[in-house]
Amino acid sequence: MESRELFLHGSRVPDAGPDGELMTLNMGPQHPSTHGVLRLELKTDGEEVAQVRPHIGYLHRCFEKHCEKLTPPQIVPYTDRMDYLAAMNNNLGFAIACERMMGLEVPEKVEYMRVIVAELNRIASHLIAIGTFGLDMGALTPYFYCFRDREMILDIFEEVCGARLLYNYIWVGGLSHDFQDDTDDKILRFCDHFDKRLDTELNPLLSFNKIFVKRTANVGVMTPEQAWSMGASGPSLRGSGVDFDLRRDDPYSVYDRFQWKVCVGEGLMGTVGDCWDRHWVKVLEMKESVKILRQAVAARPKDGDVKEKVPTRVKLPAGEIYCRTETPRGELGFYIVSSGGNQPERVKVRPPAFCNLSVIDEISRGALIGDVVAILGSLDIVLGEIDR
Amino acid sequence: MDFAALVQHLRAALPDAVLEEHPEAFSPWILVRREALGELALLLRDDPALDFNQLMCLSGAHAPSTDADRLWNVLHLFSVRHGHKLALKVVLDAADPACPSVAGVWATADWHEREAYDMVGITYTGHPDLRRILCPDDWQGHPLRKDYVAPATYNGMPLD
Amino acid sequence: MNLPIERHEDGNILLTSAEWLVNEALARSIWPMTFGLACCAIEMMAAGAGRYDIARFGSEVFRPTPRQSDCMIVAGTVTMKMASRVKLLYEQMAEPKFVISMGSCANCGGPYWQHGYHVLKGVDRIVPVDVYIPGCPPRPEALLEGMELLRDIIRGKKPRQAVAARNA
Repeated sequence: MESRELFLHGSRVPDAGPDGELMTLNMGPQHPSTHGVLRLELKTDGEEVAQVRPHIGYLHRCFEKHCEKLTPPQIVPYTDRMDYLAAMNNNLGFAIACERMMGLEVPEKVEYMRVIVAELNRIASHLIAIGTFGLDMGALTPYFYCFRDREMILDIFEEVCGARLLYNYIWVGGLSHDFQDDTDDKILRFCDHFDKRLDTELNPLLSFNKIFVKRTANVGVMTPEQAWSMGASGPSLRGSGVDFDLRRDDPYSVYDRFQWKVCVGEGLMGTVGDCWDRHWVKVLEMKESVKILRQAVAARPKDGDVKEKVPTRVKLPAGEIYCRTETPRGELGFYIVSSGGNQPERVKVRPPAFCNLSVIDEISRGALIGDVVAILGSLDIVLGEIDR
Repeated sequence: MDFAALVQHLRAALPDAVLEEHPEAFSPWILVRREALGELALLLRDDPALDFNQLMCLSGAHAPSTDADRLWNVLHLFSVRHGHKLALKVVLDAADPACPSVAGVWATADWHEREAYDMVGITYTGHPDLRRILCPDDWQGHPLRKDYVAPATYNGMPLD
Repeated sequence: MNLPIERHEDGNILLTSAEWLVNEALARSIWPMTFGLACCAIEMMAAGAGRYDIARFGSEVFRPTPRQSDCMIVAGTVTMKMASRVKLLYEQMAEPKFVISMGSCANCGGPYWQHGYHVLKGVDRIVPVDVYIPGCPPRPEALLEGMELLRDIIRGKKPRQAVAARNA
């Protein structure tokens, strides 16, 4: 068996074997490692992959058609269900798009609370991404640690808005509920608990685990040019060494008031842009989110009603807007066309995982079938958002 | 560059590509002549003063109350180096929904155009692999058209 | 405990019916198939994780293959594109097999019932369902309750009577 280095990207892409044919192997749509209902059609020469063709649409739930029949406040719960791991961030993207169109300014208190819940949800989403990534690699234990920490975040959400997974919390113009009296303390206690866990538990258990490193370093290398051209964003883009984060470079809400760092992959364990780098960017981003959380909780204004600017009727003025925010997966864009009526004329969602997934063919050429699982896990896709 | 300077630069380089400009919109956009889209896309990506290296989003739309029974192909572009944004729109008749593909310019347009074809019915000339992406391959009709009527059954399964 | 087990006069032999024994064994180790389609799958995963721990009820292993699983938990929206695969997987499962429909979407189409042109309005249109769990998404405790109702069905008890007896 030749050494791992031979299977670097592009170095040995298999062509048709001695009988002139490539084998077609189907992964999914029901598969433990496809992170949802995704079908990957692999063309392989034995174990080495020549082409990956993703087939999506198995979870196409007609979100954009619903948007044409519903008013913006009614659309908010549907945005939760697109990227169901980071529902707050979806709500936030849609609310900001509508507010920009309407020229609506929300109170400071609401802005800070939005950042708090969005960052908490970012941590929760990355925890699932990392836990299931380990699960795909065969590491069962980090999954339980990640879910344990995530349950603490879900407890906070449940106290604030009543729901664990799909919140309908960030409304156009404000929020649905105020924080309880002790929510700030609970968040700070979570930050103290979580800060230590990354370095004492998660990193030794998974990130620096020899087997995990061997399976993810130098696998699925994505160059910055490929990333930009194919529309990759979020940790998948930053894992390739690109220093770009919408919260800093195309700012929205009050992110520009906090001190935090954009995390970029540096090829610590292998090549810049490999699966390990994308994983490491998520780990570092969780630490930065904790920093933002502490600052936001400390600076949050406590007075005021979170619903004071929520209009009784949300009517979008005639026109069109494209507005993007940074979710845990990357750039989520809403293109809203309105003719001034009660319902939008057209809402198009640009999901980050849609573009992240389209990279998989290029970066899996020459990899082994087991590497395709690693690459897919590192891209962190959510089919609810890809298929809408 | 701000929007006015961008439009001026484009009009100077390709005189008859830009038909209208809308600086007052929430996301300023220009109306582009269909046949000029391919050349304009290459200019937008390769000209160092413009350098639009990211196609943020490509959407298909059918918006009859805004623009009587016409199909739109809308591109939203961003330049990382310069920090400017631009939106392009190509308006097509529903009877003749062919539009040049920009998948050769920005690779991400591949999947976005497949989705616009699936949902709205715009056919992209020059696209490497134009087939449905979200609906099944044997689905009839383009769901996001305003006059779309959903079928009663699909392969024997009831839809209502 | 009112179990249908008799003790033989020798003392060391227990007598019961094969049906009862097999049903008890099945009820105490239902192996679900990993069939998470959408958001409900995340709550199913949370049910499998540390806090709610479905393993203590015997469902330790979620088998990816239908050949080795007892129960198909349809967690999430079934779309037209996916429906034929759901049917195929159901047919590949070996008897005795059960289906739990988890969440609004699998029960009746959920929030997509009105304008969803690509959504199957309820998985019971293609496979027979034993237990329906309402919720969007149902809490992990609701899934555990649903599994408990399934256990009642396996043991031959009518689920409503069993719930009433437990709450009495």
